[in-house]
Amino acid sequence: MSIEVRHLIHTYSEGSALSVRALNDVSLTIEDGEFLGIIGHTGSGKSTLVQHLNGLLKPTSGQILVDGEDLNGEHVNRRALRQRIGLVFQYPEYQLFEETVAKDIAFGPKNQGLSKEEIDERVRYAMDCVHLDPATYSERSPFELSGGQMRRVAIAGVLAMRPSVLILDEPTAGLDPRGRDRILSMLEELHSREKTTIVMVSHSMDDMARLATRLIVVADGQILASGTPREIFSREDMMVSAGLGVPEASRLCSALRSRGLDLPPDLYRPEELRDHLLRLWHASSPKGKEGSVC
Amino acid sequence: MLKNITMGQYYPVDSPVHRMDPRMKLVLTIIFIVTVFLSHSFVGYLLLLAFLVLACRVSNVPFRLLLKGLRPLRLIIIITFLLNLFFTSGEDVWVSVWVIRITREGFLQALFYSLRLVFLVAGTSLLTLTTSPVALSDGIEMLLSPLKVIHFPAHELAMMMTIALRFIPTLLEETDKIMKAQMARGADFESGNILARAKAMIPLLVPLFVSAFRRAGDLAMAMESRCYHGGEGRTRLRVLKTTRNDWLALLTVLCLLGLIILEGIFLKGVLF
Repeated sequence: MSIEVRHLIHTYSEGSALSVRALNDVSLTIEDGEFLGIIGHTGSGKSTLVQHLNGLLKPTSGQILVDGEDLNGEHVNRRALRQRIGLVFQYPEYQLFEETVAKDIAFGPKNQGLSKEEIDERVRYAMDCVHLDPATYSERSPFELSGGQMRRVAIAGVLAMRPSVLILDEPTAGLDPRGRDRILSMLEELHSREKTTIVMVSHSMDDMARLATRLIVVADGQILASGTPREIFSREDMMVSAGLGVPEASRLCSALRSRGLDLPPDLYRPEELRDHLLRLWHASSPKGKEGSVC
Repeated sequence: MLKNITMGQYYPVDSPVHRMDPRMKLVLTIIFIVTVFLSHSFVGYLLLLAFLVLACRVSNVPFRLLLKGLRPLRLIIIITFLLNLFFTSGEDVWVSVWVIRITREGFLQALFYSLRLVFLVAGTSLLTLTTSPVALSDGIEMLLSPLKVIHFPAHELAMMMTIALRFIPTLLEETDKIMKAQMARGADFESGNILARAKAMIPLLVPLFVSAFRRAGDLAMAMESRCYHGGEGRTRLRVLKTTRNDWLALLTVLCLLGLIILEGIFLKGVLF
């Protein structure tokens, strides 16, 4: 399923004194099966953009085409469409409401009108995706879980609808490193195993470096740049001027380069930086005991 | 969709009336209400109307906003009018069909009592249009503070009002967010019968209540960690001061009251 955004403009409270133009002529295409990262600092319009992708916000002007069909067209069943394009909001744990974890996750599939067996199967599948053991957690109240667990329940609530596109707005905000790592590896699995198209909004460059196959930089309601993470992160000047910065590995790499180390300019993952450094180290030191350290 | 609800009806412009001491405005509103009840003829009403138009001019508030405050009460006003119209006995019969009798006296009385409601609402609207909710609760606190001797919690009451007002926009924003999140999970808030719609509100209300309690707990903690312990010995950011304008306004309203009392003495029963 591909989503195409054409010349999207969105103005909040149009016509009043408080009107704000949040998006200004944004065009982009989300290809089937990609992992798209949307980055931009607070107030750049990222959240407004993703809420258009499943029809929760209506464009002031412009179009959103899902598989070639206008999302805001007259004869489109937006409710059904929202179930194919799952959206996980910022701090989704605040939307939990049921007595038990299983019931809360079943809310989406129930709204899809599925049979009871199908719903149970979906709940198990979703809990499995987010690494929550159904035997332990199904019957517990979502309100007695930890923050990270609650967030995984909320994400499972969207996954249970088996969307073909999953959009997440800052899924790791406010989590501790372990909670963050859990969410990221879960997304990694979904993308590689289930071939789900994923759109993730974040301002953590390290998260993006780990997962995204393509990046879009949003600034002041417009698309500043788009490309592979390697292309984007090698333009450190642009990233800094957009108020963003680059991943830790890129920063370390350019610091080492300025000290005269012979490294490629576009490294952005910790692993590849490690490999290059090891290669340099092996080349410069005599073969033997030091090499065995690694 | 919920952003269109504006809280209260404060009309934020600058005017001598906006700058007045909220305590004085509260007192004047009470005197105005008494004056409306003392007025016994349409001549008195002309005076009241003249005063309202003058006050409106001075406060830079469009007159139609005063009348907008009447909308929620339109049913009560209409019922008052109809009851008085049909159930007042009189001699000068205009219409008489079956059990319905409309008399000249009935018509005048109906007009009189419904106009009384209009004046009450328009006059008090002027207070809320020109006074911000926070200033209003400050004023109420100060006016009620003499009651502290009988252990009336004036400060606590005002603080509760201020906090409640402060959280209304926050909760509206939260509602909007939760609503969208549940819609993204396929929730439907718009179709179905009353029962189905009430049930559809559960996924919205539960998270809203949970977050309201969480916020309340956080706020209480934040206030206590900054040593809040009630109103005792507390100084204020905005010290309320009465100025010459306030006394001038008081004089005007007292003149109105005097005129209405005179009207009551000399014109009583002229139109009835």
